[in-house]
Amino acid sequence: MAIDAANTTAASPRRAGYRFNLTGWISLIVILAWAAVAILAPYVTPHGISDIVDTDYFGPMSLQFPLGTDYLGRDMLSRILFGARYTVGISLAATLIACTIGVTLGMAAAVTGGWFDTALSRFVDALSSIPSKLFALVAVAGVGSSIPVLMLILGIIYTPGSYRFARALAVNVNTADFVTVARIRGEKLSYLIRAEILPNIIGPVLADVGLRFVFIVLLLSGLSFLGLGVQPPEADWGSLVRENIGGLPFGAPAVMAPSFAIASLTIAVNMLIDNLPQKIRDRSE
Amino acid sequence: MNLHLLSLLGGRLLVALLTLLIVSFVVFCATQILPGDVAEVLLGQAATPEAVAGLRAAMHLNDPAILRYFRWLGGMLTGDFGISYANNRPIAELVAGRLGNSLQLAAATALFSVPIALALGITSAMLRGSVYDRSVTMATIMVISVPEFMIATAGVLIFAVWLKWLPALSFARDVHSFGEMLRIYAMPVFTLSFVISAQMIRMSRAAVVEALNTPYVEMAQLKGASRPRVVLRHALPNALGPIVNAVALSLSYLLGGVIIVETIFNYPGIAKLMVDAVSTRDLPLIQSCAMIFCAVYLLLITTADVIAILSNPKLR
Repeated sequence: MAIDAANTTAASPRRAGYRFNLTGWISLIVILAWAAVAILAPYVTPHGISDIVDTDYFGPMSLQFPLGTDYLGRDMLSRILFGARYTVGISLAATLIACTIGVTLGMAAAVTGGWFDTALSRFVDALSSIPSKLFALVAVAGVGSSIPVLMLILGIIYTPGSYRFARALAVNVNTADFVTVARIRGEKLSYLIRAEILPNIIGPVLADVGLRFVFIVLLLSGLSFLGLGVQPPEADWGSLVRENIGGLPFGAPAVMAPSFAIASLTIAVNMLIDNLPQKIRDRSE
Repeated sequence: MNLHLLSLLGGRLLVALLTLLIVSFVVFCATQILPGDVAEVLLGQAATPEAVAGLRAAMHLNDPAILRYFRWLGGMLTGDFGISYANNRPIAELVAGRLGNSLQLAAATALFSVPIALALGITSAMLRGSVYDRSVTMATIMVISVPEFMIATAGVLIFAVWLKWLPALSFARDVHSFGEMLRIYAMPVFTLSFVISAQMIRMSRAAVVEALNTPYVEMAQLKGASRPRVVLRHALPNALGPIVNAVALSLSYLLGGVIIVETIFNYPGIAKLMVDAVSTRDLPLIQSCAMIFCAVYLLLITTADVIAILSNPKLR
């Protein structure tokens, strides 16, 4: 069904706008909902995030506390809603850093060519042969894990992937006649990548931004889960799992609820990208 | 084996070595980027300036960074990994036992997950578009999209808390029987298998789908060969290279998963050692562990490439 919908869109290019199928719509709504929660967090949380509201700890789900309470008796729903700020915010900033640097350098390398391209690509290949989680551990050990530093580290770790993706696309566009014409006209590098290359690769690049966002959310959550990401008293979804892991033997909802929040966000982004109209997604081929 | 093939393989190995060199430089830089003085950290707040200066000199901290880099690199090449800050023991000694444990875990995971993942990947490619294929694809996307710790905690919740089949988060060292060993290894191996199987299923499915789209498979179908025969005799032998390549690449995902899994199950492996070292900022230990991880990762990636080269009949 997904393929059918995408094909009709591709077959009738005159129709303005993009058509999403049902899965695409649901995913989009989930993503927008989390974005709204991240922005409006203080207004939508039913309880204060650091208020101890329950006399019992690791409380079960109830009407008063829909997702139970945490290891200190704080309302889990409020903490997850507020955690969206950290998870979504840090990941979004890191994604922007990674993709801005990566895509710009990738296009510049493809257009410039020569030793600049070779040296940069070789270096980037070496960087991307460090497993991301390991890279993050080494960087956190060296530089610490305050929130701005986390954004920067995560951004740098995912720059190589973005660079390679953008470069591969840009190399194809670079051979087109209109780029040659622009070059003969004497346009500068910044004009070439901004006005000639970027508009022609923007669709797949945006899809790649989404994928990279998923990777970054997962890595950030993993780091926080190890206790090396967002530090207390602030808590993103990964930290929430870590601080409540003691409730696992009791089957407390506080352990699994933040994981489900992460999963809902990452699966939604993946599904949205998988169900994007062919028009946006597959310009690379 | 002709000359062209040999030079291709040699080039690949050279690139791997060069990459490892750049990686070592990046790891060194990342851990040395803050000027935070190691000598002061080690001696604590009550240290006299003389003691700090003495320790700095003894640890060669006054030398330029590039000199320290080459000293560190030279030490590693001769098997001298340095001394851990945290407990003053040689790192080689700390790492040796742990590495064995981690490799054991990795081997058990590979033995368990490779056959299952390949079977799922190949069958879903054969039945492309069916409900079975779509549910397998859906499941792999789900597994890839969730953090490893979610799979681990969900596994513990189901098998240890609800069904009470397995011990929970503790990892006992004293094993008396084979059955006990199985019970202890079950959760870590199960979690890791989930993580790498998803990748392996995706990649092997893609490899077989590609092989099934070739003209010679169409030819085999046209001459009336049965579906199993088309897949087993015509498509699979040609997809073997890409599939083995996919397996080697998927195994490299073990490295990411093992960091979370060893921590959550308290498994005494090298990843746990490294996570603990990061918490105590034991920089020499972190550097060594990072280099071991990167070397293993590069080995797997290079193996995957070499297999891809060797299995391509055009290059033979």
